[in-house]
Amino acid sequence: MKYLLNAATIEIFPEKCTGCGMCMEVCPHEVFTLNNKKAVIQDRDSCMECGACASNCAFSAVAVNKGVGCAAALINSMITGGEPSCDCSGGDKKSNCC
Amino acid sequence: MGPKMLELKFRDKLENQIPGQACCNVPLKNTPAWVSGNIVTPIGSVLRVSSVLSATDYWEHFKCRTTSYRNDYTVNPGLYAVGDPGKNSHVLVTANYKYSFDTLRSELEGLDAWILVLDTKGINVWCAAGKGTFGTAELVKRISAVQLDKVVAHRQVIVPQLGAPGVSAFRVKQTAGFKVLYGPVRAKDVPAYINEGYKATREMRRVKFSLSDRLVLTPMEINPAMKKFPLYAALVLVLFGLSPSGIMFKDAFTGGLPFLFLGLVSVFSGALLTPALLPYVPFRSFAVKGWITGLLSVFLSTKFVPLLNQQNIFLLIVTYLFFPQASSYIALQFTGSTTFTGMSGVKRELRIAIPTYLVSCAVSLILLVMYKFTMWGVI
Repeated sequence: MKYLLNAATIEIFPEKCTGCGMCMEVCPHEVFTLNNKKAVIQDRDSCMECGACASNCAFSAVAVNKGVGCAAALINSMITGGEPSCDCSGGDKKSNCC
Repeated sequence: MGPKMLELKFRDKLENQIPGQACCNVPLKNTPAWVSGNIVTPIGSVLRVSSVLSATDYWEHFKCRTTSYRNDYTVNPGLYAVGDPGKNSHVLVTANYKYSFDTLRSELEGLDAWILVLDTKGINVWCAAGKGTFGTAELVKRISAVQLDKVVAHRQVIVPQLGAPGVSAFRVKQTAGFKVLYGPVRAKDVPAYINEGYKATREMRRVKFSLSDRLVLTPMEINPAMKKFPLYAALVLVLFGLSPSGIMFKDAFTGGLPFLFLGLVSVFSGALLTPALLPYVPFRSFAVKGWITGLLSVFLSTKFVPLLNQQNIFLLIVTYLFFPQASSYIALQFTGSTTFTGMSGVKRELRIAIPTYLVSCAVSLILLVMYKFTMWGVI
């Protein structure tokens, strides 16, 4: 299953990439592959913008607009004007979802 | 010595642990069944946990899947032991949501390992990593709080792969001196991962979203939707019952019943059918998937339940305008539970979906008012 076409904000800066393969290791959706010892995006539409690659790239060679892909969180943030968060009911223990 | 005595003696042993150790488990007043003893380490006594889940554990997991029980289902953060670990044993990191902790320990039968539980406020690894509570700062803090460097001779911890969104392996190495090895996505692959010399296969690194993965999530889609149902039902009954001479109960029920039924159909369609059939419903957008499923569900319901057939043109239009879009809205909520939807995509959906929902709700309401007026003979 894949989500919307060309929606993911993921980006690679080849000049910074050392080809260490860390992004490939942490990505849960096989978004990356190695090509000439550089990471390249082979499957953008499988990216869910979890941010694992970016936070584990020691060379800042991957950037992604990390966030929760949750409609309830985004609608809440539109209404309250806050940051989208998984805490469906405002960060306390009463949260309904993850 | 009967079991009662044994329990008392054991509890006494637990409560005699050196207090005030930042690292370790707070001595428990009532020893839970999952604690199988304790183990003496250079930093004091550490609870040993069973790798076999009890009937109570399974029952609690069921409640987590279906109710708000999940909101306060935790274990104390800190260090735990499985089997008989020593200086060279693996350290497996997990969240303090007890379901996550249980899932991990239940896969460690026969292994001697340490479990390092991070304080994620009772949230599972992946969701907590998204928020950053399962993250670099907490991992570094917990390693130092339990004095992990005194418990093990090596300098590496195994972090579940799905913790990676919150953890920065190179920063943990820099600040805590521990190397982060990313283990497999699923706890069941941990033994194989360790046996292969910390190598995860492609398969172990990929997240899936099978039918059973999806179905197990649906109770928590249906529950929130059904919480709003009484309000919806009240509105429907008032609207249909309203007459120039007050609320007519007979009209409220005869007119309102089809709409109440279709409301349930929408919840069923959006919260159960769409998630279940997710890969087979055309289009990638969840709003569109939910709408299609909703349209079919409404159509089939009216075919099989004659009560739902609307003779009135206004009500017929509302039936097909409102209920498929209600299903669409509910299906869109499932984006929060999937393993593959990203924020940019959901935002793109919402930009179109929200205005559409608002317009179709407004039009539905206008049509209902017009229906009422024709009933009252006003127009």
